[in-house]
Amino acid sequence: MPFAWPRGVGWRKVSTYLVVGPFAIVLAFPFYWMLTTMFKSDSDLYTAGHTPYTFNHPDGSIGWPWQTGTTSHLSFLFHQTQYPTWVVNTLLVGLAVVAITLVFALPAGYALARLAGGWGQTAGVGIFLVYLVPPTLLFLPLSRLIAQLGLQDTLWSLILVYPSFTIPFATWLLMGFFKTIPLELEDAALVDGCSRLKALVRIVFPISLPGILTVVIFAFSLCVNEFIYAFTFTSSTGERTISAGVPNELIVGDVYHWQALMAACLIPAVPLALLYNTFLDRFIKGFTGGAFR
Amino acid sequence: MEVVVGQPRRRRWANLLEERRFLAPALISPAVIFMVVVVGVPLGWAIYLSFTDAIGGSLSGRWVGIDNFTNVWHDQNFRNALENTLIITGASQVIVVVGAAILSHFLVREFRGKWIFRFLILLPWAAPVSLAVLGWQWILDSLFSVLNWTLAQLHLVSSLNPPQWLGETNLALLAIIFVHAWRILPFAVVIFIAGRASIPTEVEDAAKIDGASALKKLWYIDLPLQLPIALVAVLFGIVFTAADLTVVFVLTHGGPFNSTQVLTTWAFQVGIESGSLGQGAAISLYLFPLLALVSVLMLFFARRAQVS
Repeated sequence: MPFAWPRGVGWRKVSTYLVVGPFAIVLAFPFYWMLTTMFKSDSDLYTAGHTPYTFNHPDGSIGWPWQTGTTSHLSFLFHQTQYPTWVVNTLLVGLAVVAITLVFALPAGYALARLAGGWGQTAGVGIFLVYLVPPTLLFLPLSRLIAQLGLQDTLWSLILVYPSFTIPFATWLLMGFFKTIPLELEDAALVDGCSRLKALVRIVFPISLPGILTVVIFAFSLCVNEFIYAFTFTSSTGERTISAGVPNELIVGDVYHWQALMAACLIPAVPLALLYNTFLDRFIKGFTGGAFR
Repeated sequence: MEVVVGQPRRRRWANLLEERRFLAPALISPAVIFMVVVVGVPLGWAIYLSFTDAIGGSLSGRWVGIDNFTNVWHDQNFRNALENTLIITGASQVIVVVGAAILSHFLVREFRGKWIFRFLILLPWAAPVSLAVLGWQWILDSLFSVLNWTLAQLHLVSSLNPPQWLGETNLALLAIIFVHAWRILPFAVVIFIAGRASIPTEVEDAAKIDGASALKKLWYIDLPLQLPIALVAVLFGIVFTAADLTVVFVLTHGGPFNSTQVLTTWAFQVGIESGSLGQGAAISLYLFPLLALVSVLMLFFARRAQVS
């Protein structure tokens, strides 16, 4: 007799959890690991007999985080290291780059979606391919260029260079969003005597606000993510961003303050993932609206 | 007088701005010019440097032809780095494609708690790479590795002589492959979901009416329709993995004994840390044919995906 799944319990539902669950566990495990590590005392963390997944009493028995955990490493991170400065630097660079990106990418994305006609699609893909030129091909000459301009070891070097990957990325996404806006809306404005630029600013941009916000978030996160430029162009502790500062400044020689390190790694990841999750559907829409559909 | 002269001129400008042929290039060119300056020029420069003997601190050097390319080609470390790049890229992308195909199939469904599952799945993509890799470094620590602890509890490894994940060449390569797959998978899942979303529902309905089995539907409908976008995901993955420096740089720094160097880290080592700018540029340019090929393929599939 073939196996019959009991009525009422959807096999479809169960199979979903059976697949999605393990994937989620593996993908999120390092972050769970960061979370438990950051609150552990040294004696708990570095005792071989202790269960690493949980918090332990000195005798090795399992305890609750509020019994044996400590926030001292968190306060070390925020008071004894330059971490807060790096967070501020990262925000400054990210916001400046996003602003520059929008200035260049908004008009370009709109023109490619609406005005350029047949070659707009090809040009759009061409611009997107620029995004795929990796920093590893560019950082050798760029580092010399930055030095020549006297920008080495300043946040300005990053603000100048990061748009090289955010502009193509943002132009591509914006092109996709603008294509989803009905033509009639603009035409109505044009008929009413609006100039094209006015229609763009008054009608198109406000309707596209969710799409523009999506671009802002993903372009910002590209800046937070970037490592190699931040590592080579800035060197003094006060000018680092988190992605270069944490691996290079918090590890002193062979001394790893693992609790503080893990806190430093987890803190930026959570808000970014929340934003990604919130804007994911829009991202998919813009990404496929561009050409891959 | 001046007003009379100014009036028609301003109108001419305004008319010009209404003209598509003029407006489109006017709106696009700032972005293009910026990209030429910060991407095109450095790229050309990198190519130029690769034909010179430039050393750290200088922007030019003596023209040496293809000497840099032949010299690095005969270097064992370079061969090793090239081989590692190909192995890591290939192996991690196989994991990514299989994982993304399975996970995206289930993640498009509606189920309770989807939001939190999606959040957990997106974490590796959202986290800054250099920081996420530090997390892995701690997981694979030589003394306090949670992975080894777990394996020891399961009696799979000896707790007295646990595997040194980042200290032995093959294990370190395995770790690098896995970390790459881990960080690219969420992105690939998203692209796959986008691809599924683009399959017209009529096709699904028709298959349902015809009574096609799930397996048949997968083979004859889902896979062929998804192939273009799956290939796009793979091409992205290849570029993001082959051109990545951060994972190896932070996780193993090319060690032990340069055995896990990849092209990007080796170029960094030679070009920046040892100061042989010309040779470093030549090493990183060996990536270029791969990236160019991927770009051409992507253009091709983007066009095909659009037609269908």
